[in-house]
Amino acid sequence: MRHVTSILVENKPGVLSRVTGLVSRRGFNIDSLSVAPTEDPNKSRITVVVVADEVAYEQIKKQLNKLVSVYKVSDLTAEAAIERELVLFKVGVEPERRGEVIEIANVFRAKIVNVGHDAITIEATGDADKLTAMEELLRTYQLRQITRTGITAMPRD
Amino acid sequence: MGKMTGAQALVASLEAEGVECLFGYPGGQAIEIFDALYDSKMKFVLARHEQGAVHEADGYARATGRTGVVVVTSGPGAVNTVTGIATAYMDSVPLVVITGQVPTHVIGTDSFQESDIFGITLPVVKHSYLLRDVADLPYTIKKAFHIASTGRPGPVLVDVPSDVAEALVDFACPQDVNIESYKPTVRGNKKQIRQAASALEASKRPLVLLGGGVITAQAAQPVSDLVHALQAPVLATLMGKGAFPAEDPLYLGAVGMHGSKYSSMALDACDLILAIGTHFSDRVTGAFDSFAPQAKLVHIDIDPAEIGKVIPADVPIVGDAARVAADIAAELEARGFEPQTGDWLAQVDAWRQRWPYYDEALPDNPDEIVPERLLAALSARLDADSIVTTDVGQHQMWANQMVERSLPRTFLSSGGLGTMGYGLPAAIGAALAYPDRQVVCISGDGSVQMNIQEMATAKATGAAVKVLLMDNGVLGMVRQWQGLFLDGRFAATTLDANPDFCKLAEAYGWNAERIESWDQVEPALDRMLATPGPYVLDCAMSADQNVYPMIPPGATLQEAIGAIDCDNGVVREGLAPRGGASKKGGRR
Repeated sequence: MRHVTSILVENKPGVLSRVTGLVSRRGFNIDSLSVAPTEDPNKSRITVVVVADEVAYEQIKKQLNKLVSVYKVSDLTAEAAIERELVLFKVGVEPERRGEVIEIANVFRAKIVNVGHDAITIEATGDADKLTAMEELLRTYQLRQITRTGITAMPRD
Repeated sequence: MGKMTGAQALVASLEAEGVECLFGYPGGQAIEIFDALYDSKMKFVLARHEQGAVHEADGYARATGRTGVVVVTSGPGAVNTVTGIATAYMDSVPLVVITGQVPTHVIGTDSFQESDIFGITLPVVKHSYLLRDVADLPYTIKKAFHIASTGRPGPVLVDVPSDVAEALVDFACPQDVNIESYKPTVRGNKKQIRQAASALEASKRPLVLLGGGVITAQAAQPVSDLVHALQAPVLATLMGKGAFPAEDPLYLGAVGMHGSKYSSMALDACDLILAIGTHFSDRVTGAFDSFAPQAKLVHIDIDPAEIGKVIPADVPIVGDAARVAADIAAELEARGFEPQTGDWLAQVDAWRQRWPYYDEALPDNPDEIVPERLLAALSARLDADSIVTTDVGQHQMWANQMVERSLPRTFLSSGGLGTMGYGLPAAIGAALAYPDRQVVCISGDGSVQMNIQEMATAKATGAAVKVLLMDNGVLGMVRQWQGLFLDGRFAATTLDANPDFCKLAEAYGWNAERIESWDQVEPALDRMLATPGPYVLDCAMSADQNVYPMIPPGATLQEAIGAIDCDNGVVREGLAPRGGASKKGGRR
């Protein structure tokens, strides 16, 4: 099962290494990772997505909790949480069909952030379903590059 | 206290922590720290290799319960500590390892003797610090000792760049330590303690399994009280040896791959395991899914991650072993608990009589120095407070079977990592902590050569360690596997051109003696133990002696081979007359 885990850590060098090293050492691939400081600049929040069965995931959480640099580990899969990701799409498109791509972007409330001679760059945010649907549509054009930030998440209350 | 250099502040911090003895090896980037140590009353032990220094600090820590301290230089000095740090990490030994580092402005430039020791050791430390500002030094050292020695102990690394060691700081020793993200759970949950008491009340065939956590938590007495209230048989892992008196009739001793047949049978038949401070190593359980099939598990550990990691717990209790054991005993007493384990104990005892570790009626050559007999003879000559260390291999398993220990911190062995080369330096560390006690390192001719340079450290410090060398000219444990499971293809396990260990020891200024037949054993052991100073007793042994019983890797506890069956004419079970047992799957 896919688990979105929010980890509140000390904002210090080496802490990200400790967290990701621990997850990979226990044999799990990190599907997605994002990290940035919180409202308290001494603390950072790491959002990690891993696929693991319940027993293995329980072990990862316990091991993460043992790290001296970790304040709190929350499994956001278990509770109502808001999940978001930002994606940049660079779509190769000839000038006469550019309007179609802009229309797709508008439907998904995405922004056009750059228009070149034969390509257009779109910034989109949303949950996984929305971004996947958008990606599928854009694949009918020449999808030159996708950059995703990785998921970030927050409990609803 | 006024201005001092970072190095002086470091030394003052160590003194404030009550450090009396530290181990290490100097070098360019640690030269300021060593200069500051020169003026200190703390005893500094100069090892002959940084790995030796860490094992010495580890032996000191395991023997005393205090935190071991190591100071080494950057680069190769730091990297040489890794095996020692990993050994301490796997066995939950409190260490503070201070490494010199290149100056902060050249970190990351591949400068001379630079290594990213912080990064290299991340998977094998409890925590680590790279000091970048001398102002952080006093509190960092305070935190390092606090983290290393509390909760589940472990090694903490502090990397000190040379410019930080040189910089001036207003030193004030911090009094308190408060780490928001680090608060080990000490008191067991009351509901869980009641559940444990209920499970124990309902059990007809309880078994207690003790690990190293009992020793770490200084829980031997409350655990012993609980065990006697329960009247349950007791098993100890390698790390738990000494947590319960060997002479107590309830004590069954070693368990697992080279544990006794009766321990395995007790695990198979028991209906409840009370496990304290142990993590169910594969060397203890055999195949996980067929381990103790009838048993409920009550699992006590201070580390929540150990509970349910390998074997699911029916009653998990996170807390300090001493406190939880006392709480369970009090709960049972309040309920008017009366043990009813008479039949169970009689059954276990019958198994113990039938399948001993060794029996004199075995057809061994009477002139040969047989490992079990040698170690029984040593065991009989030790005092209660004597300290035994081991290296890793066959001799370690025979020591676990045959050498009886009754006090915590009197049997020191690398259990988790299985580090060859641990025994001699650990013995030196223990001997420096307790100069008036007998300290014996049981080793093999393979293991002892992995840190043999520490003979010089023993000589220089007056550490009167006795090395009982079980010398069979081979890497016996691997060779045993090759004989049993790989059709006798003895790849790379013969130690050709071993040195003359007596001459070698004498070159280091030790006394030494070699013996080759059984009639020499007892007087030679007496001479070794009576001779002041360090001593090697080199015992010639057969390379064909195997450690039994043995549970083949990946097999279940029922599949042990080589146990002696006294009801069947004193024969070793499941062994073909020559050439080994059937081939069993699994890798090392």
